[in-house]
Amino acid sequence: MDQARIRNFSIIAHIDHGKSTLADRILELTEAVSAREMREQVLDTMELERERGITIKAQAVRVSWKGHELNLIDTPGHVDFTYEVSRSLQACEGALLVVDAAQGIEAQTLANAYLAIENGLEIVPVANKIDLPAADPDGTALEVADLLCDDPARVLHISAKTGDGVSDVLDAIVERVPPPAGDPESPARALVFDSSYDQYRGVVAFVRVVDGVFSTREALRTMATDTRFDAEELGVFSPAMTPVQELAAGEVGYVVTGLKDVSRLRVGDTLTSVRRPAAEALPGYKDVKPMVFAGLFPTDSDDYPELRDALERLKLNDAALVYEPETSQALGFGFRCGFLGLLHMEIVRERLEREFDLDLLVTAPNVAYRVQEKNGGLVEVHNPAEFPREIEEVEEPYVDASIIVPKEHVGAVMELNNDRRGAFGRLEYLSPERVHLTYELPLAEIVLDYYDQLKSRTRGYASFDYDLAGFKPGELVRVDVLVGGEPVDALSLIIHRDFAYERGRALVDKLREEIPRQMFDIAIQAAIGSRVIARETVKAKRKDVLAKCYGGDISRKRKLLEKQKAGKKRMKQVGAVEVPQEAFLAVLNIGQGGEGKR
Amino acid sequence: MSGSARHLYVHLPFCAHRCGYCDFVTVIGGRGQDAAYVDALLQELELQRGLLGDEVETVFLGGGTPSFSILPDLLRLLDALPPAEEVTVEANPETVTEELARALRRAGVTRISLGAQTFSPRLLHVLERVAQPEDIRRAVHHLRDAGFDNISLDFIYGIPGQSAADLEADLGHALALEPEHLSCYELEAKPGTRFTHVWGAELAEQADAMEDYFERVVARLTGSGYRWYETANFCRTDEDGRDLRARHNLAYWLGRDYLGLGIGAVSTIENRRWRNTPRLARYLEALAAERLPDREIEPLDTGVRARERVMLGLRLDEPLPVGSLRSALDASGVARAEQLGLAVDGGETLALTRRGRFLGGAVTAEILA
Repeated sequence: MDQARIRNFSIIAHIDHGKSTLADRILELTEAVSAREMREQVLDTMELERERGITIKAQAVRVSWKGHELNLIDTPGHVDFTYEVSRSLQACEGALLVVDAAQGIEAQTLANAYLAIENGLEIVPVANKIDLPAADPDGTALEVADLLCDDPARVLHISAKTGDGVSDVLDAIVERVPPPAGDPESPARALVFDSSYDQYRGVVAFVRVVDGVFSTREALRTMATDTRFDAEELGVFSPAMTPVQELAAGEVGYVVTGLKDVSRLRVGDTLTSVRRPAAEALPGYKDVKPMVFAGLFPTDSDDYPELRDALERLKLNDAALVYEPETSQALGFGFRCGFLGLLHMEIVRERLEREFDLDLLVTAPNVAYRVQEKNGGLVEVHNPAEFPREIEEVEEPYVDASIIVPKEHVGAVMELNNDRRGAFGRLEYLSPERVHLTYELPLAEIVLDYYDQLKSRTRGYASFDYDLAGFKPGELVRVDVLVGGEPVDALSLIIHRDFAYERGRALVDKLREEIPRQMFDIAIQAAIGSRVIARETVKAKRKDVLAKCYGGDISRKRKLLEKQKAGKKRMKQVGAVEVPQEAFLAVLNIGQGGEGKR
Repeated sequence: MSGSARHLYVHLPFCAHRCGYCDFVTVIGGRGQDAAYVDALLQELELQRGLLGDEVETVFLGGGTPSFSILPDLLRLLDALPPAEEVTVEANPETVTEELARALRRAGVTRISLGAQTFSPRLLHVLERVAQPEDIRRAVHHLRDAGFDNISLDFIYGIPGQSAADLEADLGHALALEPEHLSCYELEAKPGTRFTHVWGAELAEQADAMEDYFERVVARLTGSGYRWYETANFCRTDEDGRDLRARHNLAYWLGRDYLGLGIGAVSTIENRRWRNTPRLARYLEALAAERLPDREIEPLDTGVRARERVMLGLRLDEPLPVGSLRSALDASGVARAEQLGLAVDGGETLALTRRGRFLGGAVTAEILA
């Protein structure tokens, strides 16, 4: 295909603003698939997923429209994957910005729109759902035009649901989005914007060819990680995987690599030919590192091997997921897992529970810390239990947070952010009613219940997004919880000094409620180093006898004791103290309500 | 033919009224059925006689309210039972008349266990007891007059609304009667009983305030010269050297075999335990046809009996010989209990310390294998 007739675009939209409906309409309208085929295809895919326990992604679809080749590149829909989104956007020259005309712009839309603008994409704004009675297409158009410094008249009014205006969208893509600019004669370069793992064919890379031409069977290498392989098959999604002999500059398609490990082919890396390599990699590759960590433990310790296998399989398809074995005296054998963010964590947890039928216990998430030890080097700590006691300085990750909220809730949002050690950035009016606020916040302050708090304080109206902004030093301390003088590893936490007392107190109080009285006094303490900041005592039982025990009672009393004994065996032993697993759960749930649900 | 059981329990289920807290097998009223029931008991005894040893050491008539039975039937029963060194009959204070006391004494009864429960009219009312405080005193006097020199009083503490002062007053009244034996039970609000329905919430509220009542009971009674020989039982240490422990109950705590007769009665003989049907009509019907009543049988292997031996033996103040019971013990549990000062492992014997006895249930759960 003539490069001038290619258009590569993606769709930016907030969840539920109609991205997939619009994509479906585009496929139908361009006759890529019939409505019936589409349903069947979806079903097929799901069956495959069920069979293999992995997700087969169809991340890019090629359609034809009035003599042009249009490549729709899907973007991951969530904030944790900003980097992946940015790579997907880098593979395009244009983006449809879809806004629900009844809802207006949301923070997530805004974040991705800015990303698109930063990547130099031509934005085609679309006000969707104009068929809804509550729709305000003109108001939405003004808001969007204001954001883009564009003419409101250029905002398309459509209903993806009814199909109204969809052909105008396709026309606008052809007219407004520029063709790819790469050089077909230069050494070949392609951007890896996503990948997936196929049990039989290995890693499949999704690529956008920028310069030159790639051919089947050619020896290739990645420029950042220097992974080498032969292109076993090249192809395009139309929308099924269809082999082609060549992928040329401007085109979007896939490369079957035969690699067995998805982490060897990272999103954002540049593919080039071994025989005639490009001199320079495409810009923007980042080695994405997990920022949020949590311990995952099977509720039934017998399920540990299943959890290990499940993580191995998930990892095949999710290069961002990292994990290593962790042993907790309180929770047994499990894994400390690293995630890109809360949503990523929630997705992994959900997939483990749903696809692998595991019952999991997830510890309160924490972030990555960079610790300068007193007499040592710089270490990155992912687990509060491993936080060094003697420290010179600690750095914690910060995010640039973006919040959009009706103006009457601005005060509530500011208050929340102040409570969470936020630094105010700027405030701007998107419309007379809606305000965009930016804050710099420690990531640690949003991994707990920030989003829930934000929603409840704004009666559900706030939308929120964030982007990692690097590390900064902080007044952080490690708080340990001791039961009967023994530290309980699973309950250690890293927290800002100002909040340590309050949090330690809450933990200690909760544990006192949850730990049953035993045959001796149990001290429950929260401590920073050797300094105890909160203390409670579970008083020893003064009596525990079965009152009557005569001839007729013996069997029943024996069974009672046997039950009591069995109950003891299910308890977790912390030193001499028996702690029911429920106690740990209750404590881990402090301030953890609904993390990452958005 | 001679069996192993030297202890005989006979259940007389009839009561005038079912007290709210009670979960024993009882039959309310039942006037007119006494004769048939005694016939059935004697028939069952006849069928089971082979399980009893040549000599029977103890007989215990429990209830229900044995003393509520029509006297001639009760006497007919006592007359037909094998002779024993200790023959105990349970009685409710209001049923003890001069006549009954003398009749029982003449019939060879050696010991009376009197269900006093409390001396407070208010708390007697809470417990739905028929007796008044003066009934208790009068009953004891009638029994003394009839020549009984071994009287046990049953008490309940931890009654809704019972203050520490109420408890001390109860103990004072009890001690004033100089009973040979006292059984003191903490009130158990058993789930599902009418009592729990009415008083459960109040009891839960008072749980903290009543936490030390057990300690108070033990302190007061041992301070008055009683021996705390079992978790809930105390006996006078007599100047004449009599062992006033309840011999029949001691047999349970020492893991001996026993035969039980009557509805709901439990027997344990060698490797079997069984419970007779609790249904009066079915019981009477079976025995009228000279058949044994329906019963639930529980096999007991040596491991179970060893565990029971530990569970029951640790209720007593005398060290438990554990030479043959080690397999029923969890060595690390024993070590932990010792470390906490709750038990003393003497190698051949195992004993609970004073504090260990207050926590007997938990300690036993700790040290049982």
